[in-house]
Amino acid sequence: MTTFRHAKLALGAALALGLVTSLPTFIPQAKADEQFFPLQSYRVGPYAAGGTGFFGGFIDYLNLINIRDGGVNGVKLTWDEGETQYEVERGVEVYERLKSRPGVAAWNPLSVGIAYAMIDRISKDKVPLITINHGRTDSTDGRVFPYVFPLLLNPYSETSGIVNYIATREGGAEKLKGKKIVVLYHGSPYGKETIPIYKLLSDKYGFELEQIEVPHPGNEQQSQWLSIRRAKADYVVLRGWGVMNPVALKTAQKTGFPVDHIIGNVWSNSEEDVIPAGDAAKGYVAITTQASGAEYPVLQEVIKTVYGAGKGNLDDKKRIGSVYHNLGIVNGILNVEAVRIAQEKFGKRTLTGDEVRWGFEHLQLDPARVEALGAKGLFHSINVTWDNHEGNGRVTFQQWDGAKWKVVSDWISPDWAALRPIIEKSSTAYAQERGIKIRTSGDDPVGQ
Amino acid sequence: MTTITETTVAPTRLSWLTPNLLGVALLLLLGYGLVPWIGSDYLMDAVLTPFLALALAAIGLNVLTGYAGQVSLGSAAFLAVGAYAAYNLNLRLPSLPLLADIVLAGAIAAAVGIVFGLPSLRLRGFYLAVSTLAAQFFVQWALTKFGWFSNDNASGVIDAPVIRIGSLSFTSATGRYVFSLSIVAVATALTARLLASQIGRNFIAVRDHEVAAKVIGVPLLRTKLLAFGISSFLIGVAGVLWAFAYLRTVEPAGFNLDRSFQILFIIIIGGLASLRGAFIGAAFIVVFPLLLSRLGAALLGSVFDSGVLEMSQRIVIGALIIAFLIAEPRGLVALIDRAVAAARRLRSSQS
Repeated sequence: MTTFRHAKLALGAALALGLVTSLPTFIPQAKADEQFFPLQSYRVGPYAAGGTGFFGGFIDYLNLINIRDGGVNGVKLTWDEGETQYEVERGVEVYERLKSRPGVAAWNPLSVGIAYAMIDRISKDKVPLITINHGRTDSTDGRVFPYVFPLLLNPYSETSGIVNYIATREGGAEKLKGKKIVVLYHGSPYGKETIPIYKLLSDKYGFELEQIEVPHPGNEQQSQWLSIRRAKADYVVLRGWGVMNPVALKTAQKTGFPVDHIIGNVWSNSEEDVIPAGDAAKGYVAITTQASGAEYPVLQEVIKTVYGAGKGNLDDKKRIGSVYHNLGIVNGILNVEAVRIAQEKFGKRTLTGDEVRWGFEHLQLDPARVEALGAKGLFHSINVTWDNHEGNGRVTFQQWDGAKWKVVSDWISPDWAALRPIIEKSSTAYAQERGIKIRTSGDDPVGQ
Repeated sequence: MTTITETTVAPTRLSWLTPNLLGVALLLLLGYGLVPWIGSDYLMDAVLTPFLALALAAIGLNVLTGYAGQVSLGSAAFLAVGAYAAYNLNLRLPSLPLLADIVLAGAIAAAVGIVFGLPSLRLRGFYLAVSTLAAQFFVQWALTKFGWFSNDNASGVIDAPVIRIGSLSFTSATGRYVFSLSIVAVATALTARLLASQIGRNFIAVRDHEVAAKVIGVPLLRTKLLAFGISSFLIGVAGVLWAFAYLRTVEPAGFNLDRSFQILFIIIIGGLASLRGAFIGAAFIVVFPLLLSRLGAALLGSVFDSGVLEMSQRIVIGALIIAFLIAEPRGLVALIDRAVAAARRLRSSQS
């Protein structure tokens, strides 16, 4: 009897397994010319505000290319979303689920944790991994990470960009000497990542530096801001995340610190960070790689063509042109242009991941090309090469006027040359640990 | 003693000659003989490997909560301790083979578990649960605070090493699945043996009546700490699997309170004090949402965006959990046993 029962159990298990294994075959087969973008999006959970904006913008741009141009040279762009809630294991699951789809172009997780979990996987599967404005800093070194692209801005460049901006406000790098800068950082790996870089720059320029931690989630910062006042800081760099940002601005107001001397980093620069702070945020300045606003031609076309056809991705149309939405649009431009560049070499057809990788390694958009794409003023330029996967993105600074962000600086260059040796030190150590052969030219075969 | 054993919920006694063995053998045959050959990468990498890791963690928690009656909300902390310990052992003592790393990582998790188990001598029930929260918060804080644990990696997220034993390398999805299956199978067998021994009976005695257990000579201090130690050992090993075989990265944020709750729910839904329950619960918590999500995406993906689908799945799963627990508070294991018994009665009445 028990034997029978177990046989039945086993049979049931086998059936269940069969169901799971056969599921992937339900997937519709792609037609000849399609390029697929798997999206590990997060529309629910604590980071939904960023996720809906970014993936909304990305999808809006892909839609624009499909509707207006009929795809990239006739190759239609397709995508599918898998919800991750910003959790690493869900991101991995979505990766495994979508990776066998035909014509995968690139992965764009917008999450450091998920990106880390994918590095081994995408290197083996030979598909590019795009971590725009974030990600693993040393993956900037394309010699070691052929498939990973922290486009536009890695955390080190961000640090350098902020310090350079403060220098221009003070009237030159030599004026930084003797100034006091406090970095208020989120108590997480993300928050602590730039500690050594601020130290390095403080030694280089001679400004005094104090770095103060705010424990996660950061909804109580009274003591930190009292320390800032005691330290008589000239500038406060806000390296925050989520609720920490509005609380910082409100507490600064309470302790009387001038808000226009608080400089936000790239994850403290969105509407979602300042609106909850209300009045306290008026005058706050933050770094960005892509300006806000919907006045750029590409945004106007998205509104006319995509939203006009009822295919817009954002539920709240007021968010068109917001920081995260524009980041998604820029991310869309960069992905589509990489595909276009790769098509010129390999043919106007569905490309393999490795061919798209080649496209990203030749993703060079000068200001004229950016203007032709309708994105003049939205972002500056990018110049990715086989060994520089960040592509020297410029940054700009925006000030919150209580209703919207206004650009208040030129396009500023981070000090890439000073940062590169630190990046290479870390990446070569990784290569050694992993037994990865360091590429010596862009024509080297990639793989491990 | 025997009466106590028989009053437990579904005791799993692996005495080596019962037909139970046949079922286990069949499952193992399926796991080793069939799945690696016919299963897709997706099945092994995204479904079975996390299922195995969480099932092992649930077995660990079940030893503590189900068998020894000590409630813990710190499971994720011990997962993290295991993962980080194995990472550091591998990094700093490269001459040690990986299996030794895993066992030592389990031992380190056990040591941490025993320290945080000390309050169990004075506290019980909810109070103990709250005090184990200390482990949860302390471990996560320490791992973020001290860069040494993540080898001063700038972003605090670390890469797991390649799984290699001798000249065998388990890098493919199949390899990592087989590796996890082997570890989980061995650990489950050892746990089953242990629970069938005097130590297991001591656990149950402490759970069922602490004073009575003390009167009949069960050493309370040793038994409770042993339960914390064994439980943390198993959870620590599960943490290694989770980080090395499944995610292939380790970050402290992945071991937050949510994960502790997830493991607790696995054993409550699967069935307390049952090894089968840990597996069934893990299947429900890990595999079922995936199935539902894929079905939802296939059927309604064109109508709703992924956020809406995700929310509705949560509602479905939540409703199912409530329904299951109303139908059978002792978990899915008891529900299945009842169904099997009913089917058997039906059969015998027909024949």
